[in-house]
Amino acid sequence: MLEIMEGSHAVAKSVGLCRPGVIAAYPITPQTHIVEALADMVADCSIDAEYITVESEFSALSACLGASAAGSRVYSATTSQGLALMFEVCFNCAGMRFPVVMSIVNRAMGAPLSIWNDQQDSISLRDSGWLQLYAEDNQEAADLHYIAYRVAEDHRVLLPAFVCFDGFILSHTYEPVDMLTRKQAESYLPPFKPYHRLDAADPISFGLFAAPDYYMEFRYAIDQAMKQARSIIPEAGTEFSEMFGRDYSGLTEAYRIDDADCAIVAMGSICGTVKDAIDEMRNAGKKVGLLKLRAFRPFPEKEVQKALAGVSTVAVLDKNISLGSKGAVALEIRDALYGSQITVLDYIIALGGRDVRKKDIATVVASAEAGVGDLFYGLREEVLK
Amino acid sequence: MALGLGCTARPGKSRENKTGSWRVFRPEFIADKCTKCRMCMIVCPEGCIGEDAEGLPVPDYDYCKGCGLCAEECPSEAIEMKKEEK
Amino acid sequence: MKGDEAACVLFDAGHRACGGCAAAMAARFILEAAGKDTIIVSSTGCMEVFSTPYPETAWNVPWIHSLFENNSAVASGIVASLKKQGRKEKVIALGGDGATFDIGILCISGAFERGHDFTYICYDNEAYMNTGIQRSGATPYDASTTTSPAGKCSYGNPRPKKDLPAILAAHGAPYVATASIAYPPDLKKKVEKAVNTPGPCYIQIHAPCCTGWGFESEKTITIGKLAIETGLWVNYEMEEGKVTRVKKVVRKPVEAYLTEQKRFRHLFKPKRNDAEIAKIQAIADRNAEKFGIDIKLKA
Ligand SMILES: Cc1ncc(C[n+]2csc(CCOP(=O)(O)OP(=O)(O)O)c2C)c(N)n1
Ligand code: SF4
Ligand code: SF4
Ligand SMILES: [Mg+2]
Repeated sequence: MLEIMEGSHAVAKSVGLCRPGVIAAYPITPQTHIVEALADMVADCSIDAEYITVESEFSALSACLGASAAGSRVYSATTSQGLALMFEVCFNCAGMRFPVVMSIVNRAMGAPLSIWNDQQDSISLRDSGWLQLYAEDNQEAADLHYIAYRVAEDHRVLLPAFVCFDGFILSHTYEPVDMLTRKQAESYLPPFKPYHRLDAADPISFGLFAAPDYYMEFRYAIDQAMKQARSIIPEAGTEFSEMFGRDYSGLTEAYRIDDADCAIVAMGSICGTVKDAIDEMRNAGKKVGLLKLRAFRPFPEKEVQKALAGVSTVAVLDKNISLGSKGAVALEIRDALYGSQITVLDYIIALGGRDVRKKDIATVVASAEAGVGDLFYGLREEVLK
Repeated sequence: MALGLGCTARPGKSRENKTGSWRVFRPEFIADKCTKCRMCMIVCPEGCIGEDAEGLPVPDYDYCKGCGLCAEECPSEAIEMKKEEK
Repeated sequence: MKGDEAACVLFDAGHRACGGCAAAMAARFILEAAGKDTIIVSSTGCMEVFSTPYPETAWNVPWIHSLFENNSAVASGIVASLKKQGRKEKVIALGGDGATFDIGILCISGAFERGHDFTYICYDNEAYMNTGIQRSGATPYDASTTTSPAGKCSYGNPRPKKDLPAILAAHGAPYVATASIAYPPDLKKKVEKAVNTPGPCYIQIHAPCCTGWGFESEKTITIGKLAIETGLWVNYEMEEGKVTRVKKVVRKPVEAYLTEQKRFRHLFKPKRNDAEIAKIQAIADRNAEKFGIDIKLKA
């Protein structure tokens, strides 16, 4: 049933329908409405979860790790500074193979302090072993949580997952969202079956240290699980599509790309603006399309190669910057297209909440066609003088 | 052997590590002097002193590191540390 | 019965602690007292490293290690999960003094304030041993460590030991106790009491480290006893914030303890430092007065 609701509330409600046994989170803008909504649900007994009001994000994820080890489905949510504080636990959680699901309400990293949106926070954790899914709108943000739990908890994967969606732009925006019913949610996402757990009846030691004779094999095993997820995410997405009619069957999603000369590659809410801009450019006779990345980890290399095979130019919109190098998405796209004749140009855009309009997208496309790229788009030259 | 997912292990494996090879001094138990007070069994950091049918302490030299605590704490001087012959 | 089937069932032989290690003794005593239905959450440090080099584990109870500083947060999650599942296992977070006094105190404070039903046990060897004997907030006054070395213008660690039991008692912990590996029955009684007291309880166990303190491996218990007999370590219990039981002693001068350990050698060699020894004696005297440990002998 369609409901007009705030993005945060749509996510909170979906999380509730995923039935986590333990929730541990620490408030931070723009994530707060999610954890407040979940606290309300616990207070009203509309969900049956233990809610731990931890004293920090570091403890939030540590508590989730412990609860997952003890056999519960767990949930947390954070953003930027909070995610940075979790850095050490993030690597630990993935290495220990606990299928924690965490919403990342994307926000810029300080300094300078900024509460506004870009994707530097989650992108900076790209090497931590977490699956990373990005939502374009509130419907997708809500739905991806079910899929994330399915994939993370799949015994062929067993990795934690970020569901990323843009702070304020999505989290604080009201949109119509089609919510699953309790029954639908239960039929799609069965109760959590831990692979193993802390249990006095069958004692196991978790988190041993590995000397050089074993360490590499454990890291290899995580990478293999990531690669396995490349087929499990579409499998879970396809099943979701079949049951509820919304298509999440791909790690990527193409928009008007089939005969395109120039393709834009982007993640998250900016894809909505890009689609509108493409429609206008198409009306003006420009052959432009979009490849939206739904999964950034695992990186959908094959899908990218296939989708971009026919284009001559790719303009990557990076809401992040690997300082001293390039945007993280462009680096991946270049790597995926290595050896082809396709030109890949990078545009660092919309950092710290800088607005992006349709005409900006048109300007980016014009620059790409002129071979001008690998730059910060839309800098205010007057303040740099 | 398959890797224990996420670097996990099941009990019992530490026993494969025979720490007895570390020993420089070896505790020798003198049955005549022993009053079966069990002090040595309590203090041994390896927990490697058992007992026989009569209640006399029996060290497991596979694991005894030769730390000398049992001999030091024995109230009856019933344990002597002797240089290990190798 | 053969030796290897004996004393320790829950904490197994084959671990790689130094010979004479008090932390290894503590692990055994704790499990003997808490029993098999106990989940242990270890922090990074000697005890974790010597007991779990993959694929070997010395733990025959469910055990988990995540990081250096988060064992009480991990324990919070486990306690919540067990509660949700209606399970009854006891949870013990086990950390070294570095993990407890220093880097992990945020998580410990949070977990105690929230009132989770678990026991935090610190095995206190008074420095960061696993990384090579650096000072911690638990290192006693004047102890020489690799980051508080004695030198021409240093007498060793410049600060007294942090009073962590008082800090955790101030969180409203229903039961706080100190213990020593030198008194195993007392230690075990305290562990049993802590795990059976609802709410967050704290036990701090004095765990002399032959390698870090500089004494022979057979002296671990001797040193532990001397700490108590000199008043430099006090064994006591606090219930609902009040000291309810204290181990009393006929006190010896602090030299009896200090001269046995290389970490205090600079106070006696090349020349005896009366002023510093007097300061340490004053610490013992204050302890004695505060806790009333002195047994007055009749003249
Ligand atoms: C975040 C972090 N900082 C530093 C370290 C390095 N480190 C590992 S163990 C340790 C000291 C442990 O000291 P303590 O808790 O007293 O245990 P002990 O080894 O003395 O038994 C340190 C500094 C680490 N593992 N993680
Ligand atoms: S010498 Fe040490 S390790 Fe060996 S039996 Fe005696 S106490 Fe145990
Ligand atoms: S360094 Fe100290 S605490 Fe660490 S294993 Fe050796 S004796 Fe035990
Ligand atoms: Mg220590």
